[in-house]
Amino acid sequence: MGCGAVGSLFAANLSLLEDVEVWAFDLNELHMAAVNRDGLRLSGAGDVVGRPRATSDPAAIPPCDFGIVATKAMHTEAAIAATAHAFADGGFVATVQNGLGNEETIAGHADRVIRGTTFPAGKLLEPGHVQWDVKGDTTFGPYDERTPLADVERLADACTRAGMPADAVEDARGPQWRKVIFNASTNPIGALTGLTHGRVCERPDLRALVTGLVDEGKAVAAAQGIELDADPEELIDHAAKPEVAYGHKASMLQDVEARRQTEVDYLNGGIVRFGAEHGVPTPLNAAIQALVKGVEASWMQS
Amino acid sequence: MTSVVVAGAGSIGSLLAAHLAQVADVTVLTRREEHAAALREQGLRVSGRGDFTARLGATADPAALPRDAELAILACKSTGLDPLAARLEGMLAAATVMTIQNGLGAEEIVAAHGDWPLLSAVTFMSGTRHGDAHVEYVLDTATWIGPYRGTTEADARRVAELIEAGGLRAEAFPDLRPAQWSKLIFNATVNGVAALTGLPHDFHFAQTGEVSDLGHLVRGLVDEGKAVAAAAGVELHDDPWEMNVLATQRGHRHFPSMLEDVEARRPTEVELINGALVREAGRCRVPAPLQTALYRLVKAREASYSE
Repeated sequence: MGCGAVGSLFAANLSLLEDVEVWAFDLNELHMAAVNRDGLRLSGAGDVVGRPRATSDPAAIPPCDFGIVATKAMHTEAAIAATAHAFADGGFVATVQNGLGNEETIAGHADRVIRGTTFPAGKLLEPGHVQWDVKGDTTFGPYDERTPLADVERLADACTRAGMPADAVEDARGPQWRKVIFNASTNPIGALTGLTHGRVCERPDLRALVTGLVDEGKAVAAAQGIELDADPEELIDHAAKPEVAYGHKASMLQDVEARRQTEVDYLNGGIVRFGAEHGVPTPLNAAIQALVKGVEASWMQS
Repeated sequence: MTSVVVAGAGSIGSLLAAHLAQVADVTVLTRREEHAAALREQGLRVSGRGDFTARLGATADPAALPRDAELAILACKSTGLDPLAARLEGMLAAATVMTIQNGLGAEEIVAAHGDWPLLSAVTFMSGTRHGDAHVEYVLDTATWIGPYRGTTEADARRVAELIEAGGLRAEAFPDLRPAQWSKLIFNATVNGVAALTGLPHDFHFAQTGEVSDLGHLVRGLVDEGKAVAAAAGVELHDDPWEMNVLATQRGHRHFPSMLEDVEARRPTEVELINGALVREAGRCRVPAPLQTALYRLVKAREASYSE
């Protein structure tokens, strides 16, 4: 559900497996028609032409064993509300989206939910064709006790066999929070200043602000007993290297430049919400969320 | 008639020069000679709340300023103040010099370039320049004046009376710091948030219905500023939060200069506004994490002009 860049990577690769039948659902009718006509082509980090069945009509989706939600976080509710019927008979629904709160939203419509965090990335070049920029791992875990780990392992196994390496773990919150903290502490800084990731990190005063945001996120994670699987600070410094992502414009900066709604409510807003629930103050994340919301509001007026 | 020099003819300098020319001999010091020539030849037209054309002297050469000037108002932006004061070194021997920049620290910058008696001012009026020889008078709010170095409240009052006689609003204070700091906290908060979000100063700045509404951040920034003022021993003249709410209720969407600067990719006044407030917080050992974040983000935004 949601067949943009990341959704297409899963759909095209999984459709190569003989024991898996894949349905791709997206509201972009041109994209879906091209997939049905010519297949779903990936190029770049891997060259693949998958043959999922594609539709923009949720009623066309038959009962499924697994669903993967890959929309932007603000579209989770609409995506799962439209497709929940396909999982009403014991199916599992996984999220591979950015941010916090997607699992809760999905659980409002589906009983058996799988938490997931994924690192591969790409972009939709034209209908039916996605550029695969980077490969990367995916980690899945049960959202609550209604989802047995054995079923999460079935999904991870299929992804791995399809060329999308995935792990199944009992508690997948570590990778999720590591990625959320990384994104929440760097993406909006790029969006508000116009600077690339490397230039954000080479200004000591701005890098200190990033650390302030990271520290709040770590405190909220710790208050929930979540163990991060890596230190976001090290990942941030690693990404700032010239050979890694120095010149990378954060996706939120790209959103702001194109005047598209950002995922700030699910990144900094998620940290603020979980912080409030666990009594951890998050004033910097709240400030950054308010500023980015202000940027979005400014588009309504001009 | 009193001889007055107005150095800097942006919107504030132009409004002061044109109105003072009704009651004083005014000479405008500009950066560009063609600007001075336009003022000499066409006069300076005021529209909006006024409707007249002032006759005044104008030059781009500090050496050509009248030696007997009794008052010199430095009305450039704070980013241009140091070079302007440097150009005036050794000139205007008979003058009292008045700064009118936003933020804190303008007086010290000028004091380093000469031993003139100094007055401080903050202004709440606003205007829009429509070319070198035409300024529109928009907001008719007051200019507040106080003594700074080698001056008294009586000196401030004489200048305030002169400005009022010219048709603008002005008021003298025994100590300008309470008003200056109220405006400092207001400007640091509102200008900084506007520059980063692209929002003019409108209802969003006072909105607090949702947790993520901007009003909560504005309130947090103002509260930090108030804590710094208290630690610095300044009793504020106005509550900056109330100034904010009132301004958003005026119904017209004001575009703060810092927002206009960022959109035009010009250097902003962030150093004497947000920078000054953050440095005062450090000096007084008062935590100001939100104001510090805002200052760093605006500085970084300026750095992005080279992307």
